[in-house]
Amino acid sequence: MEKLINDFSFGLFFWQAIILLILILLMVKFAWKPIVQAITDREEGIKNALDSAENARKEMQNLQADNQRILNEARAERDAMLKEAREMKEKMVADAKNEAQVQGLKMIEQAKAAIESEKNAAMAELKLQVSTLSLSIAEKLLKDELSNTEAQTKLVEKMLGDVKLN
Amino acid sequence: MVILNRPLRLIIATFLACLPLISFANGENDSTHVQTETVVHEEAAAVSEHQEGAAHEAVSQDPKEKINAFIDHHLQDSHDFVFFSDEKENAHYGFSLPVILLDGGLKIFSSSKLHHGEAVAEVDGNYYKLVHGKIYKTDAAGTINFNEHGHPENEQPLDFSITKNVVSMLFVSALLLLMFTGLAKSYKKGPIPTGFGRVLEPLILFIRDEIAIPNIGEKKYRKFMGYLLTVFFFVWLLNLLGMTPLGINVTGNIAITICLAAFTYIITQFSANKDYWGHIFWMPGVPVPMKIILAPIELLGTLTKPFALLIRLYANITAGHVVIMSLIAMIFVGKNLAADLPISLGLTLFISVIEVLVAFLQAFIFTMLSSLFIGMAVQDHHHDDHEAH
Repeated sequence: MEKLINDFSFGLFFWQAIILLILILLMVKFAWKPIVQAITDREEGIKNALDSAENARKEMQNLQADNQRILNEARAERDAMLKEAREMKEKMVADAKNEAQVQGLKMIEQAKAAIESEKNAAMAELKLQVSTLSLSIAEKLLKDELSNTEAQTKLVEKMLGDVKLN
Repeated sequence: MVILNRPLRLIIATFLACLPLISFANGENDSTHVQTETVVHEEAAAVSEHQEGAAHEAVSQDPKEKINAFIDHHLQDSHDFVFFSDEKENAHYGFSLPVILLDGGLKIFSSSKLHHGEAVAEVDGNYYKLVHGKIYKTDAAGTINFNEHGHPENEQPLDFSITKNVVSMLFVSALLLLMFTGLAKSYKKGPIPTGFGRVLEPLILFIRDEIAIPNIGEKKYRKFMGYLLTVFFFVWLLNLLGMTPLGINVTGNIAITICLAAFTYIITQFSANKDYWGHIFWMPGVPVPMKIILAPIELLGTLTKPFALLIRLYANITAGHVVIMSLIAMIFVGKNLAADLPISLGLTLFISVIEVLVAFLQAFIFTMLSSLFIGMAVQDHHHDDHEAH
């Protein structure tokens, strides 16, 4: 302890105090303040950057979820539309088929009717023709038969004979 | 490799086993040599009292005493910067520093006038002499009266000299300013420092994150960062400077550590809040008689904290210097150089590595404890707890 007290030099203490005081003041002014400020700023910058990156990531995720949702909706809509179209097509085809069938039947009916009427007309014509033909034949026959009086009398007699029978 | 290893180990083991055989304690040549040297010294001491002290030198016959004196001298501050000295020719190689004395007016002169304690310096009719690194007032003949303990009894003028330690501190301060203003400037260029600043920045972050914030607290630490950082780098660099061959023992000087501890003490007391003083003078939560007893104890406690600081730093650094100097001195004490040299160098290297660690550790502990004391003074106490008692 005596050695310690003996070793203590007031001059050294004095200079040390002055040097340390000035050093602290200078260091604070020219070194520590700007350094600590720069480090803090940088750390805050890094923190902000990380935060914004995280936010961007979340936003991206939301966006992706939205996209997925919209895509799903679109897909569902497309499916619905396709289904509708298919149904419509089937219905149209069925309708057309029915119509065609009905139309065909109708046409067949008409054709049948037309054929019938044509046939009737033809028959009537034929009948007319046949009657005129038979009349002319009969006329010719009669002309021939009645050209000689004998034959005529025979006929009349025959006819009269028939009438008597009746 | 195994085959190669074994003979190598064997050789080393035999070498070590044979070491005591070749290292006899009776090197005749050396002892005579030393004796002649001391004779020379006695003569020199007779002619003009040597810096080591005439009384001391006359008693010391063997190199051990001389080495002790040398280590003592090394540990102390000095008025000149001596790199090495030649004992035979009594020449010192280095440079002188200004001596500033306050003795009935300011006396400024070069330390070369003191001739390392070998001559009396006359300044404005006053005579001064250097004994054991301290300046004493004397007469023209240079008589120094010693008391029974061998201490000079002459009057001591107030010594404000720019000593070796002051020069070292100025050097370290300049170095610190240079390094850290450089780092501060490098932040202007970009957020990440370049070059040497890359080494310094993690240290600053270390002080902030490991010392200041845990001990003082997130809210208040900023105010004390300047002091803590300055003290940490100041002490560390001075410790490391002591490890250089120049061997300047600054932080192993009691005046330096007292000053550092005083700074911590003053900062602690002036930044202390109401709670801190309340806990010292009127400890809450204990009976009144206990409060009266506790007050002086607590008051003393505020002084023991910086005292522990100053003694710890002083003792650690001084011990390191003494151990290293003693180990190097083995070379000169021992008689067989071939045996002593490797042992001495090996041990010195080993201790030096530890001392480099200690240099950092002591700076760290000093800063750590300073911030701890400051933290204790500024922390907010929970009043609810005390009122509940």
